[in-house]
Amino acid sequence: MKYLEEFSDPELARRLLDSIREVATRPWAIMEVCGGQTHSIIRHGIDQLLPNEIEMIHGPGCPVCVTPLEVIDRALAIAALPDVIFCSFGDMLRVPGSSADLFRIKSAGGDVRVVYSPLDALTLARENPDKQVVFFGIGFETTAPANAMTVYQAKRLGIRNYSLLVSHVLVPPAISAIMESPQCRVQGFLAAGHVCSVMGTGEYPALAEKYRVPIVVTGFEPLDILAGIRRTVMQLENGRHEVENAYPRAVTDEGNTAAIAMLRDVFEVTDRSWRGIGMIPGSGWRLSDKYREFDAEARFDVGGIHTVESTLCRSGEVLQGLIKPHECAAFGKQCTPRNPLGATMVSSEGACAAYYLYRRLELTAASHA
Amino acid sequence: MDSWTCPVPLRDSPTIVMGHGSGGAMSGELIEHLFLPGFGDAARAEMGDSAVLAPLSGRLAFSTDSFVVRPLFFPGGCIGDLAVNGTVNDLAMSGARPLYLSTAFILEEGTPLSDIGRVAQAMGAAAGVAGVHLVTGDTKVVDAGHGDGIYINTAGIGVIDDGVDIRPTRAAVGDVVIVSGCIGAHGVAVMSCREGLEFGTTIESDSAPLNGLVTTMLATGADIHVLRDPTRGGVAASLNEIARIAGVGVNIVERNLPIPESVSNACSLLGLDPLYVANEGILVAIVAATEADAVLAAMQSHELGKEAAIIGECVADHPGMLVAKTALGGNRVVDLPIGEMLPRIC
Repeated sequence: MKYLEEFSDPELARRLLDSIREVATRPWAIMEVCGGQTHSIIRHGIDQLLPNEIEMIHGPGCPVCVTPLEVIDRALAIAALPDVIFCSFGDMLRVPGSSADLFRIKSAGGDVRVVYSPLDALTLARENPDKQVVFFGIGFETTAPANAMTVYQAKRLGIRNYSLLVSHVLVPPAISAIMESPQCRVQGFLAAGHVCSVMGTGEYPALAEKYRVPIVVTGFEPLDILAGIRRTVMQLENGRHEVENAYPRAVTDEGNTAAIAMLRDVFEVTDRSWRGIGMIPGSGWRLSDKYREFDAEARFDVGGIHTVESTLCRSGEVLQGLIKPHECAAFGKQCTPRNPLGATMVSSEGACAAYYLYRRLELTAASHA
Repeated sequence: MDSWTCPVPLRDSPTIVMGHGSGGAMSGELIEHLFLPGFGDAARAEMGDSAVLAPLSGRLAFSTDSFVVRPLFFPGGCIGDLAVNGTVNDLAMSGARPLYLSTAFILEEGTPLSDIGRVAQAMGAAAGVAGVHLVTGDTKVVDAGHGDGIYINTAGIGVIDDGVDIRPTRAAVGDVVIVSGCIGAHGVAVMSCREGLEFGTTIESDSAPLNGLVTTMLATGADIHVLRDPTRGGVAASLNEIARIAGVGVNIVERNLPIPESVSNACSLLGLDPLYVANEGILVAIVAATEADAVLAAMQSHELGKEAAIIGECVADHPGMLVAKTALGGNRVVDLPIGEMLPRIC
């Protein structure tokens, strides 16, 4: 397929690595915002191949990881109800709430279904008029348009037995929160390519200016990531802090205007808690007044469920790039992909799971040395 | 396989009803007019309570497996050939020559007889290719809503020739890892027609009996240490198990893995790793380095081994772990999959 193999070519990757080695004269700490990028970096061993000057800090852009525990608990409460069909993307099923996960709710008789598109949930609602169908609408700006579309369609077609459990979060406020943190070490960002393919690049120049950091819109294949790193390093070395688009095959400055119009109609900005990080003002979306009737939290009265996070889990510091996953005392001991304390160990995009799966070798070697 | 037509005695009910599992006349009709004609020449049933077999000489291999695939029919196969090939392959992986299979069906009320007919024909055809006989069987019916149409269990018996000693503990440092063909086709083919995930693809399941390939490999006279058919959990799960059981490390080179472009593209879209995707017609072989070339050449001479390739080796480092060298030159640990493969969110 075009655009996949071409962007993992080992020879071109080697040339990009050489070029990064040439331009990097000092240590730089760069954060890749998106969990998909973290996964790709670790999966292909890119961080091992980078020169020692370049440190990649893994950002908070894994939608599964930042969904707060209490939202998971609300999802579990709804999914356990009789006459509810609870639909979710696959990788939310294993995320632990405070007492169970969606797999356990399913085995206890809850009707939990994995769908591959939110619109499949809407189809289920039409086919099962005597059931309440709920879709777990989480994620960043990337997944939001399709989720918004379900609510838009439900209203237009008068599908009353459909609702959305919304926990959408936004990238730009997270970048602000990271830069405002007193311990912040991040000097440059690889912005999440797919978020920008929806939203465009318009939100980023103000951030680059305010925090004086380069922000390079970056894709997900190995060459995309290396090109993004190279451009960030060149800006840092030259003392520049601009927004650059290193993913032009998917991202335009204005973004997907039809999707943005739908998002503005269906959602409104709200404060959101991020798992492990806490409240970030104006960092999420909820359904706008016009569509509030489709809000699952209100329909099933689960808004009162509040939960406290595990104190052992340091995923918040991992998500902010303050520690590496293996620097957490619970990593690989009390906390493994099989028994995860925090969502960063569950999701295949989570930094802790990526480290556990792909990096255990050198971590084991290091601890024995 | 689409040619099945309902025989006259079964036409009163075009779908399974509870009576088909009663053990009475309806059960008998189903066996006589559907299963036995479907199995064709592969059937060796004398309708007793058990099959009576001639004495066998040599060590016996005995294996059983149950099949619950959904959908029942997928590109390149169906639950029927899978049920025959699965048990044939489990026997072949201990170096046995598979001889006899039992077939047990759990049928859901309401399942079209035409579906069951096609499945029976596929089983007969697969057994014919593998050279095994279907010697005994059973049919039960469960209420509508209590099954996915057709569940099948098969068990099989085979004979292991003298001098053949194939088991996971024999993997040793310095041994070479060979895979017999392209990986990932079965899992992707089945996923491509799952409800809600239909995507256009030309990928077909690789479902096939591997006993012929194993015979060809053994005919080289090489001392084959380990064989595994990497079904659920894929090549990653098989090599992890071997590494753990034998106490060796396994290194593989991603660049050398035979992965069809269509499979790697589908996996990229779904966020899956081809190493974890199920196969039904390939095997992983572990042999001494000195004999690897001979075994590889023999495999490549067989219809099912044309794409065979050396993908790695057993090492003394990191015992119990599977480590892949990435195309870019980095290393990554390839762990056992935890549970179901879950497509990623975005």
